[in-house]
Amino acid sequence: MIDVLSSLLILAGLFFYLAGSIGLLRLPDLYSRLHALTKADNLGLGLLIAGLALQAQDLLIAFKLLLIWLAILAASATNAHLIARQARRLESGS
Amino acid sequence: MPEVLSLSALGLVLSLFLGLLRVLLAPTAGDRMLASQLIGTAGVGLLLSLSPLLDQPALIDVALLLALLAAVAAAAFTGQQEDSND
Repeated sequence: MIDVLSSLLILAGLFFYLAGSIGLLRLPDLYSRLHALTKADNLGLGLLIAGLALQAQDLLIAFKLLLIWLAILAASATNAHLIARQARRLESGS
Repeated sequence: MPEVLSLSALGLVLSLFLGLLRVLLAPTAGDRMLASQLIGTAGVGLLLSLSPLLDQPALIDVALLLALLAAVAAAAFTGQQEDSND
């Protein structure tokens, strides 16, 4: 039961990763590509980590996985904000 | 279960490859930075799915380190661009 649930979560995470990568290649402008990447980062990794944490051997490993997700969440939110602000500044400044 | 993990590792390598393609074909510097962020996150996912597959718990610590470094990369990039614009 847990194996099935964990497999489903991992595959869902993989789907978001691939959708985000394809979106990064195909979408027309920087802001929409930013949107695609954020899906891959937050949701893809989040679902993958949820799936892996379900079959972690002990609580410490599950906690470490959660910590990795939180670090990536903070990093990707900050980075998306910085890159979007930089792009806007270059657009209006020059 | 190993099948699912192998499939996930395979898909993440594909995602890494698409990210590299984006770096190669990027129209602006911001796009290149976005792609490098995707490569970082896909790398973290790859290490995490390989860890139970190879029975190497230490790979989780490597992934944690990669996640922390990813936070610094884009901030350094933006800071450097601002310096060169002024």
